[in-house]
Amino acid sequence: MNALFSMPTIRNVLGAAALSLAFAGASILPASAQVKKEGDVRIVFVTHGQANDVYWSVVKNGMQAAAKQLGVKVEYQAPETFDVVRMARMIEAATASQPDGLVVSIPDMDALKAPIQAAKAAGIPVVVIDSGEEAVEPWGLDLFVGGGSEYDNGVKAGEIMAKAGVKKGICINHEVGNVSLDKRCEGYNDGLKKSGGSSDVVAATMDPTDVTRRVEGYLTAHPDVTGVLTLGPTVAAPLLKMFTDAGTIGNYKIGTFDLSPEILDAVAKGTMMFGIDNQQYMMGYYPVVFLTNKAMYKTFPTSAVRTGPSFIMKDDAAAVRDLSKAGIR
Amino acid sequence: MTIVTDALNAAHPPEPKPASRRFVRLMRRPELGAITGTIIVFVAFGVTAGNSGLFSMAGIANFLQVSAQLGILAAAVALLMIGGEFDLSLGSMIGFASVTIGLCVTQFGLSIPVSVAIAFVIAIIVGALNGILVVRTRLPSFIVTLAGLFILRGLTLAVTRTITGRTQIPYITDGQEGSFVVWLFGGKFGGPVFAWLASHGVIAARPDGSPMVQGLSMSILWWVLVTAFATWLLVKTRFGNWVFAVGGDDRAARNVGVPVDRVKILLFIGTALSATLFAVIQVLEAGSADTLRGTQKEFQAIIAAVIGGCLLTGGYGSAIGAMFGALIFGTVEMGIFYTGIDTDWFQVFLGSMLLIAVLVNNYVRRKATEAR
Repeated sequence: MNALFSMPTIRNVLGAAALSLAFAGASILPASAQVKKEGDVRIVFVTHGQANDVYWSVVKNGMQAAAKQLGVKVEYQAPETFDVVRMARMIEAATASQPDGLVVSIPDMDALKAPIQAAKAAGIPVVVIDSGEEAVEPWGLDLFVGGGSEYDNGVKAGEIMAKAGVKKGICINHEVGNVSLDKRCEGYNDGLKKSGGSSDVVAATMDPTDVTRRVEGYLTAHPDVTGVLTLGPTVAAPLLKMFTDAGTIGNYKIGTFDLSPEILDAVAKGTMMFGIDNQQYMMGYYPVVFLTNKAMYKTFPTSAVRTGPSFIMKDDAAAVRDLSKAGIR
Repeated sequence: MTIVTDALNAAHPPEPKPASRRFVRLMRRPELGAITGTIIVFVAFGVTAGNSGLFSMAGIANFLQVSAQLGILAAAVALLMIGGEFDLSLGSMIGFASVTIGLCVTQFGLSIPVSVAIAFVIAIIVGALNGILVVRTRLPSFIVTLAGLFILRGLTLAVTRTITGRTQIPYITDGQEGSFVVWLFGGKFGGPVFAWLASHGVIAARPDGSPMVQGLSMSILWWVLVTAFATWLLVKTRFGNWVFAVGGDDRAARNVGVPVDRVKILLFIGTALSATLFAVIQVLEAGSADTLRGTQKEFQAIIAAVIGGCLLTGGYGSAIGAMFGALIFGTVEMGIFYTGIDTDWFQVFLGSMLLIAVLVNNYVRRKATEAR
């Protein structure tokens, strides 16, 4: 209580006065007199997602929907290009503006450690979304809201394909050396292995010509392969076209990480088996809800919230496609 | 024009009015426009975001740090622009220097001071190469350094991916956080002062009683130091006179015996060194490097120098002006955040604010030169 009284701002003094009034005449004033109003709650997002990135615009839409429903203020900040140093400055600025909650993604733990810990030290609750789950515990942050680990998502993809009869699969890695992609392929192999299958990694690039020729070559040399997993729609789309043109599309079970309208069309038609979705809309939506509740009622979830993976199969694909066009999936 | 003025002076014998003469001399300074612009920007944010934390100690430390890092580049770029040239490879040089340090430390096991020294040596080589290419080929530096922009950025990516297989180099300062070099470039100063201020309730404190701002970024000291050095060079040394002469008219300068080529090569080395200083500060502050560091900084530095009164045609400008140009840029860049404007609109506002700053600057300078 003493600390509360020594704080200089008028709002705090008033709050303290209301609080002491509530104690003095508990029977007269309802307990809600001390609760923060929705309109006073302000939550700031600082992510590494560029504004024109489809994935992050969905996160932003989720954030705005929650803010509208709850009547709270939200702000979304991200550097125009991938720039973790600028992101660090943005987090510091957010801290200086004293929001009721801070929501961040952590693509680089070294560069963002100091500003995020400073925000936490300033008494601001910090929720981590999308990436950076491993920072939550050591840095004492409040919550992680995001998809499953890359490895686990890969394992599930392998299990689903194994159930559909795939014995031998390939994982097409278009960014050799990117650790998170390596983990996806590793998981896929382990998922198939549970039913006695296995997989190989086919190294490729993002270039459509390069991808299709390498995969075509590999499949000619290895006719026993029946499962194909790609790690993003940019690679999946040219492969689908290659298989369709060659008339071999029916021979393969094809799955991919991440969604796009093209992928969903293929899944709906049955030419593709599944798309893996991290439901990033919820990464925008839930942190607003949770932090608002924390600011108003001091209630907060106690363990990480998993938004993924969700496997979009044939039955859901058409409905999801409409939502994808509306910027929700 | 001089004859008319002389005639007027003859008709009205000049009275000694030192105060007004000093005023006219002040009005002609290239940095005046930038200082006016700075005041306008501060007033504008004072009105729109006065209570949002922008002018709290944490907010000030934040935008000063952004301004400082840009200001280090802007001072060197101002010198180069006064000398009549551009360096578009600046941003890529930052990325290249960043991963050079990162690779030296994490892959080759060198110490941080040695890695930093290697980065500076590479900067001197790259700067000299830029300068020699420009003076030997007589091609516009815009084109020569544009090639440098792509080559250096490409090298940054290719070398990093070849050696590490990734595009980001983490753990550079791991276990070295307390070392002198890390503090010198990436540390903070003034910590005890802030602790004292916080304990006396002058500035905001954290719940545990320590100050919200633990100190100011060392980059702010470097900013002041680099600007002071550049100003001294320009105003007090023969080299400074040469820079103005080379940028004004390099043939005339050559005719009176100015070593034009040497001046230009040195100026290019200067911008490459400033880019490397920027990279060292960022890498040691953040503890990591990636291949995209410094993207677009070449343009931001030119904008800061132009706001600060440098002419694109060369021969005119000041390093102090560039300092204020960087301050305007940094304040606008971070200040927009506090006004609560959605980031989708960020670049629109940044561009408009900068346009206004340049227009005001230009207007003030024209009025000042007319007042002659």
